Amino acid sequence: MSERFSTVVIGAGHAGLAASYFLSDRSIDHVVLERGDVANSWRRERWDSLRLLTPNFLSRLPGLRYEGPDPGGYMTAGEVTGFIGKFAEVARAPVRTGVNVMSVRLDGDGYRVTTSHGEIGCRAVVIASGACNTPVLPSFADMVPEPVEQLTPFDYRDPAKLPDGGVLVVGASATGVQLAAEIHRSGRPVTLSVGEHVRLPRTYRGRDVLWWMDASGVWDQRYDEVDDLSRARKLPSPQLVGTPERMTLDLNALTAMGVSLAGRWAAVRDGVALFSGGLRNVFSLADLKMNRLLGMFDEWAVREEVGPPERFEPTRVPEPARLRLDLRSGEVRAIVWATGFRPDYGWLGVPVTDVKGQLLHEGGVTASPGLYALGLPLLRRRRSTFICGIEDDAREVIGHLAGYLTQGASGTTGRPAVR
Amino acid sequence: MTTAANGVNVEALLEAREALKGAPEAAQFTWRASSKWQNGVHSTVTIQNYFGLGQEQSHKKESVFDADHPEVFAADDNGITPIEYLLVGLASCLTAGVASVAQNRGIQLRSVESVVEGQHDIRGILGADTDVRNGYNDIKVTFTIDADASKEDIEALVAQSQKRSAVFDALTNPTNVTVEVA
Repeated sequence: MSERFSTVVIGAGHAGLAASYFLSDRSIDHVVLERGDVANSWRRERWDSLRLLTPNFLSRLPGLRYEGPDPGGYMTAGEVTGFIGKFAEVARAPVRTGVNVMSVRLDGDGYRVTTSHGEIGCRAVVIASGACNTPVLPSFADMVPEPVEQLTPFDYRDPAKLPDGGVLVVGASATGVQLAAEIHRSGRPVTLSVGEHVRLPRTYRGRDVLWWMDASGVWDQRYDEVDDLSRARKLPSPQLVGTPERMTLDLNALTAMGVSLAGRWAAVRDGVALFSGGLRNVFSLADLKMNRLLGMFDEWAVREEVGPPERFEPTRVPEPARLRLDLRSGEVRAIVWATGFRPDYGWLGVPVTDVKGQLLHEGGVTASPGLYALGLPLLRRRRSTFICGIEDDAREVIGHLAGYLTQGASGTTGRPAVR
Repeated sequence: MTTAANGVNVEALLEAREALKGAPEAAQFTWRASSKWQNGVHSTVTIQNYFGLGQEQSHKKESVFDADHPEVFAADDNGITPIEYLLVGLASCLTAGVASVAQNRGIQLRSVESVVEGQHDIRGILGADTDVRNGYNDIKVTFTIDADASKEDIEALVAQSQKRSAVFDALTNPTNVTVEVA
């Protein structure tokens, strides 16, 4: 005996709840299945000091805006949990918490969802289980000698839990630079291994850099207008931190604090970490890209009342270059892998993933009729990566889903509705 | 769309990129060099055949390279030193990259010149100081480029060229090397 809904939404984060908002708006019966609690990743899989990268005035969800006293501030992880929890109420989302989805399979003209609490049949499924389910580690992680403790951002809460002594932070995304700074401040010498990264100042010409992204239209670029979409979707998060002081946390800021920089960690040989000698070029790439973006802002801003154009010091190259670190020497006692995350589709029994396990989709529409995704980087536009991107994405994807339910499988092409 | 005429068939390269995305096995190449000792520290290295796109391939003609050491090393100087061949590889690889990226970005090149300098402390290879490494301590490439582009666009060409360079990667990252006696 199994239940039936028109649509099953997997995940009750901001994306699944936004799907629910628009499904309810169209009176489509549905259920939102959540393995833990609403906003589970924000509750359980984030470190203590994390704040949202986007300022409060950009915390926009369907039917819910930030209305507090600090529009330029950044929510703590706890506040994000509260905000998403409030959204669940506003959306009156039919959420079932503590329900783990074990598998989704094709079944007749729909899908069969097997959960820890029984089976559900449905015509359509919205995958909103997040983009950061599993930390990604390089294959040589298991060659790190035993006494060095290894942590992923899922294990890390605050520096006090780390052993005393040096720490090697790997990866210079938002996660990597934030953890490097915080661990350094705890008195532990930090080496940061830096590959390709995205450099941004926190503020530009007096405004939050993400205000510029939003207002100038950079975030409106659609997925089908992006040159190299698969690369753009894999870009590391920008080197930003949300602090009350609106501090810039680029590599120059870290160097000034006393963090040492090394190139991309390439291999472990005989217990020695070997770093790339190409650090100067990843700095050049990031500096050039940042300056191109600022140039676009300047062109756009001729009518805006903002401060004068700014250019920032090129990223300073450490001399001499650090190419080796003996992991048995005791110089580092712990490694924090800030080497990215990937979604986990191990439960998805529908052949819509590529050889690397990534979901294949066109703007959230998969090739399997009735199967959709929301809440992935650059899903339909650059804004999709951020919390305020979900409103337009969810409206459009649920619009497509509603058309599919109405017309039936024969009436759709599996391609997104053309705007 | 591309108006630049740098002589790089970018369309073919882009087609290959798309085709090989779905055929990773065809993308596996094996490059080969055969060397023969002559006398002293002089050897000749011959290159003609390689494997790629699923089958044996051949250059239009065989190339033969002499490698030796200079007279200041008490050798006959029948050719450049092996470590100088790394500079040949790096300079030509980065230059090819600059031309390709420029073509792809529609930038007309008028001249591309580079000087590559490798800093080498030979006490390493002589065994005079075991703290000194055998290879280069530092390599510096200086490009002089005349093109229809801004300074920033030219810097971006050079940066992208490094990002996609096989030799730059081979020199900046460790590579597993196996040497056996047949």
